[in-house]
Amino acid sequence: MGGIVSMFKTKTILAAVALVAAFAAPAFAQDHSGPHIEKQSWSFGGLFGTYDQNQLQRGFQVFREVCSNCHGARLIAFRTLAEEGGPHFSEGQVKALAAEYNIADATAEGGTRKGVAADRWPSPFATEQDARDANGGALPPDFSVLAKARGVTDAFPWWITNYFTGYSEGGPDYIHALMNGYHEEVPENAPHAADGTPFALPEGKYYNDYFPGHAISMPPPLQDGAVTYVPGEDGVTVPETVNQYSEDVSAFMMWMAEPGLVSRKETGFKVLLFLVLFAGLMYATKRKIWQGIEH
Amino acid sequence: MGAPMSEHSTYTPGTGIEKWLDERLPIIRFSKEHLMDFPTPKNLNYWWTFGAILAIMLVVQIVTGVILAMHYTPNVALAFDSVEHIKRDVNGGRIIQAVHSVGASMFFAAVYVHIFRGMYFGSYKAPREILWILGVLIFVLMMATAFMGYVLPWGQMSFWAATVITNIFGAIPVLGNPILELLRGGFSVGNPTLNRFFSLHYLLPFVIAAVVVLHIWALHVPGNNNPIGVDVKSSRDTVPFHPYYTMKDLYGVVLFAIPFAWFVFFAPDILGHPDNYVMANSQVTPAHIVPEWYFLPFYAILRAIDFNILFINSQLGGVIFFGGSIVILFFLPWLDTSKVRSGTFRPMFKWFYWLFVINFLALAYLGAAPAEGVYVILAKICTAYYFAHFIIVLPVLSRIEKPRPLPASISESVLGKAHA
Repeated sequence: MGGIVSMFKTKTILAAVALVAAFAAPAFAQDHSGPHIEKQSWSFGGLFGTYDQNQLQRGFQVFREVCSNCHGARLIAFRTLAEEGGPHFSEGQVKALAAEYNIADATAEGGTRKGVAADRWPSPFATEQDARDANGGALPPDFSVLAKARGVTDAFPWWITNYFTGYSEGGPDYIHALMNGYHEEVPENAPHAADGTPFALPEGKYYNDYFPGHAISMPPPLQDGAVTYVPGEDGVTVPETVNQYSEDVSAFMMWMAEPGLVSRKETGFKVLLFLVLFAGLMYATKRKIWQGIEH
Repeated sequence: MGAPMSEHSTYTPGTGIEKWLDERLPIIRFSKEHLMDFPTPKNLNYWWTFGAILAIMLVVQIVTGVILAMHYTPNVALAFDSVEHIKRDVNGGRIIQAVHSVGASMFFAAVYVHIFRGMYFGSYKAPREILWILGVLIFVLMMATAFMGYVLPWGQMSFWAATVITNIFGAIPVLGNPILELLRGGFSVGNPTLNRFFSLHYLLPFVIAAVVVLHIWALHVPGNNNPIGVDVKSSRDTVPFHPYYTMKDLYGVVLFAIPFAWFVFFAPDILGHPDNYVMANSQVTPAHIVPEWYFLPFYAILRAIDFNILFINSQLGGVIFFGGSIVILFFLPWLDTSKVRSGTFRPMFKWFYWLFVINFLALAYLGAAPAEGVYVILAKICTAYYFAHFIIVLPVLSRIEKPRPLPASISESVLGKAHA
């Protein structure tokens, strides 16, 4: 037995070493020109992460007062804002909120009616063309799953650790970085064009460290103090800064993209616990059955 | 072992009904012979449990897929949102969808282990050539099924993968364009493409199931290979499949379910690409079109041929090498002519086997890397080595290698192991 085991181990180690070498060689040659995106500590990150209800409510406020002027969220029904594990507004609040919006409905008199909790979030523009016309030709992306449509790329071999930590917050990390990555002027470290000429910012675009290509059509959407947060019942206040707003709205966007995150993880714990215990029982049974058989 | 299985039969119908059934459709006798009494080498290691794991994975994919199809809408305007509808509104939909999409990755992870196990222990050698060929056929069908399934959510990667991969067929001389239009149902990827991919994605798993039946049939004629690659000599070398291997396989399946569940519940999107959460748009090409991880080695081979070979242009050349990298697997039993099956007793083969594994992983890495600079050169070297392994290394090794002495039988090897 010993001989076989040690042989197997040598093989495994050899394979592992060679594997790392095979991957590392091209990785060293990789060009890391993209800016490094700082990973934030999200309440919903990691194994035990859950959404922070207060943060989601603040994020919703930022979304409603700022983002939703240009961005839609066509998959989000008002009723989901009352769900547990999310912003968890009361049903009354959600009904009142929905009623503030006019919903296009061909069967209603005049073509619109007041919103109800079952309605989806109305889009700020009737058509894609209207949206482009109002935004200098650019189309503001829908927010429904945007937090999962963006990500952070880690250099080899660090992304391998993501499989073990279950890192799924690349989207909020990117959005947070984007919100804080604006420059009023093109910075000196802006990348030069292929022919060596300095970075030229097209008219109507804004410079952002983290946007691919750096020229983004969206003007800096958040300013310090732009959204007024209501102090908590205990008088605690939250800073009204771009950094805070962007954290809150990124968290809210993650909730929009993944509203079932908390219940999913809760189920996951039960499933994993069961599987580990079950595997233990299966192993014990298997051993018992194979007892006395040389193999 | 080579004898027909009916000779092993220990089945005696217990009741009148069983006797009546046995004379008309001996299904109980058949099950007892093949699922319970089937003599199996007693020295199989855990790498052999992946056969059972794969059978279970096929069932998992079919069951979750049938449920998903009840709620999915194969229309370019509605498909993307219907997948989100499944995740948000369908009872248990979030988990069923995650099991299906993560399941595809787990299925391929298991099939790669299964294939590489067969390669190391020489499971493709006589008399198991047909068994191996059917396995490669299943692998090809799996790739087609997975590819079409990936198109269904109609995200950006879905659309562009469909465009790039159907384009491959367009490179075939003369027939290329008709095939391309037949696959797409038009001149470009669109609603007809999505519809036929949905239809075929539903059909192919059942074709796979049928070939799996043949695969198991072909396994049950010569019986299992085993880690020392020496034929079963007597009944002392084997144990009945049940309860010994039913139990060991079940344990393997439960162990396999742990990383599976980890991804499903704690990182369901980590194996995919964020771009597939952007709805398909024919006007916007993603910065990097990257296939799912399980296609990466073959994608690297496809892209490595960026030069013309005589009258063959680079596009057709890429297709020939891409297709050839899979077709060559069918010929493996005749490329490796060494009489010794198990790599354990082949001192030189062992090293080249691991080199091949590393080369394959390197191809996977290169398939995800941008096609520029050093990556292009490395991809060419790795592609060349992939083929060299089959065409040069294996035939040459078979001639020059001096294998280590084989144990006389499984029992002897097992006893030797116990005393060592």
